[in-house]
Amino acid sequence: MAYALQQLINGITLGMIYGLIAVGYTMVYGIIGMINFAHGDVFMVGSFLSLIAILGLAALGITSVPLALVLTLLFAAAIAALYGWTVERVAYRPLRGSFRLAPLISAIGMSITLQNFVQVSQGARVKPIEAIIPGGIQLMDRGGFAVQLSWMQIAIVVITLTILAIFTWLVTKTPLGRTMRACEQDLKMASLLGIDTDLTISLTFVIGAALAAVAGFMFLLYYGVIDFYIGFIAGIKAFTAAVLGGIGSLPGAVLGGLLIGLIEVFWSAYFSVEYKDVAAFAILIVALIFLPTGILGKAEVEKV
Amino acid sequence: MLSVTGLTMRFGGLKAVDDLSFEACANDITAVIGPNGAGKTTVFNCITGFYSPTSGSIELTHPDGRSFPLHKMPGHRIAARAKVARTFQNIRLFAGMTVLENLLVAQHNTLMAATGFGVLAVLGLGRYRAAEAAGIEKARFWLDAINLTARADDPAGALPYGAQRRLEIARAMCIDPVLLCLDEPAAGLNPRESEELNQLLLRIRDLGCSLLLIEHDMGVVMRISDHIVVLDHGKKISDGTPAEIRADPTVIAAYLGEGEEDEVTA
Repeated sequence: MAYALQQLINGITLGMIYGLIAVGYTMVYGIIGMINFAHGDVFMVGSFLSLIAILGLAALGITSVPLALVLTLLFAAAIAALYGWTVERVAYRPLRGSFRLAPLISAIGMSITLQNFVQVSQGARVKPIEAIIPGGIQLMDRGGFAVQLSWMQIAIVVITLTILAIFTWLVTKTPLGRTMRACEQDLKMASLLGIDTDLTISLTFVIGAALAAVAGFMFLLYYGVIDFYIGFIAGIKAFTAAVLGGIGSLPGAVLGGLLIGLIEVFWSAYFSVEYKDVAAFAILIVALIFLPTGILGKAEVEKV
Repeated sequence: MLSVTGLTMRFGGLKAVDDLSFEACANDITAVIGPNGAGKTTVFNCITGFYSPTSGSIELTHPDGRSFPLHKMPGHRIAARAKVARTFQNIRLFAGMTVLENLLVAQHNTLMAATGFGVLAVLGLGRYRAAEAAGIEKARFWLDAINLTARADDPAGALPYGAQRRLEIARAMCIDPVLLCLDEPAAGLNPRESEELNQLLLRIRDLGCSLLLIEHDMGVVMRISDHIVVLDHGKKISDGTPAEIRADPTVIAAYLGEGEEDEVTA
C-alpha cells in the first residue's frame, strides 16, 4: 500500500513532465497536421539552458532558491522559444505546401542537428547537478517503508499546474488563443479573414517550445542528470502521450502524459526497470491499433 | 471600385477564365451569373487571393481613393488591408467555436493590435478589456442583424443550415470590408430564409459596403442586383442591369442551349 502510494506520487510527477512536452506536439499537430519530431530536442535544449542558467546564477551569487527558479525558468523558456521559432522558420515554413512527408523528414533532420549541436558545444558526457531543493515530507512509515513527498516533487507539480493554467487561459480567453483555434480548424479560412497564418503558426511553435523548456527544467530538477540524448526518449514518450490522449486535444495531452508517467513508474516498480521504455512504447502501438483517435480525441473526417 | 481587366486563369490546358474584364461600382450589388463551369468561382478565387491569375489585373479602389492591386497580394493581406471579405459555396465556419467567437476571430487584427499580440494582455488589462468590449459590441450588432443574439454562446456547428449561412455573412462583415464577395449565399435556403437573406444583403449595401455575388437563384439575383455580369465558358457574354440581362438573347441561349447545336444533333 505504502509502496504503491509512493509510486503514484512519482508517476504523477513524471507524468507532468511528459504532459508539458506532449502539449507542444499536440498544438503543432492541431495547427499544421505535422508531427514535429524536433520537439523532444527542443526540450533537451531547454534543460541544457536551465543548467547553464543555474550555474550562471550560482556564479553570480544568487542563492535565493525561489528567485533562482523563476529566473532560470524565464531564461530557458525565452531562449528555447527562440529555438522553436528558428526551427519552424528554417526547416518547416519553406516546405509548407510541399508533399506531406517533406516536413516530417525535415523534422527528423532538425532533431539530429540539435542533438549534434548540443553534443559538440556542451560535450557528450552526462552533466550532473546538485539537488537544488533538498528534503521533503515523510507522509507515512509503514513496515519500514517511508513514503516520501519531496519538496522537489511538490515544486514540479505546482509549477506545471501554474504554467498549464496560464496556457489554458491563453488559449481559451485571449484573442491570440482564439486565433490559434481558428487556424487549427480552417487555416485557409482564417487567412481569408485577415489572419496572418504564418505568424500564428510561428507563435504556436514559440509557445510549444517554451512549454518544452519548462519541462526540460523540471527534468533537470527531478533527475539531476542530463545529456544531449535525453530529448529522443522523452520526446517519443511525450508523443506517445499525445497520441494516447488524442492528438490535437490539449487536455488529452496532459491526461496522456499523466497516464504514460504512471504506467512507466508502476511498471518499473512491479515488473522490470530495464523494460520500462518497452512498456511505454507498447502503449503507443496498442493505442494506434485500437484507439487511433485517443481518449479525448475526436474522430475527424480528413479535410481535403 | 473593383475593376477586373483582361483576367485569364489557366489550369493546364483549360482556360477557366478567358480575358475577362468587368467593373463593379461602389455601393452596388453586382451579380456574376452563368451556367455551371462558367468560371464564376474561379473569378472569386482570383479576387480573394486563392489563385494568382495567369494574366490580367484586378484593381480595388477604396472610397478614400487608395488603390490595391489584388492580383499581386497574398490572401491575408487582401482581407486585412484591402478589406475584401468572402464566403464559400460550402459552409466554412469554425464549427467547434461559439457563434460569438466566430465573429471575434474576424476582428483579430484590431484586437491583436490593441493587446500587443495577446501576450501583453496580462499587463495592459484595461486597454485589452476596452478593445474586447468594442469587439463584442460589433459582434452584437451583427448578431442582432442576423437574429442570432440568443445563440451567441452555442457552437457554430450546432446551428441550423440557414443560420450558419447568415453567420458566415456576419463574420465576413466583422472585418469591416469595403467589398463583400458571396459565393451562392442562397444555395439550399427555403423561400423564407431566402427573403431574409435579400433583406440582409440590401441592408449591408445600405451600410456602404459593395457586394459581389455569385448566385443561381434568379429570384434573388433579379430582385436585389444593381448590375449583372454573365459568364459562359470563362468569357463575359453579357453585362447590364437586370432588365437588360433578362431581355438579352445570348444569355437565354447560354442557359437553354444554343439553337444550332440542337439542329446538328437532331
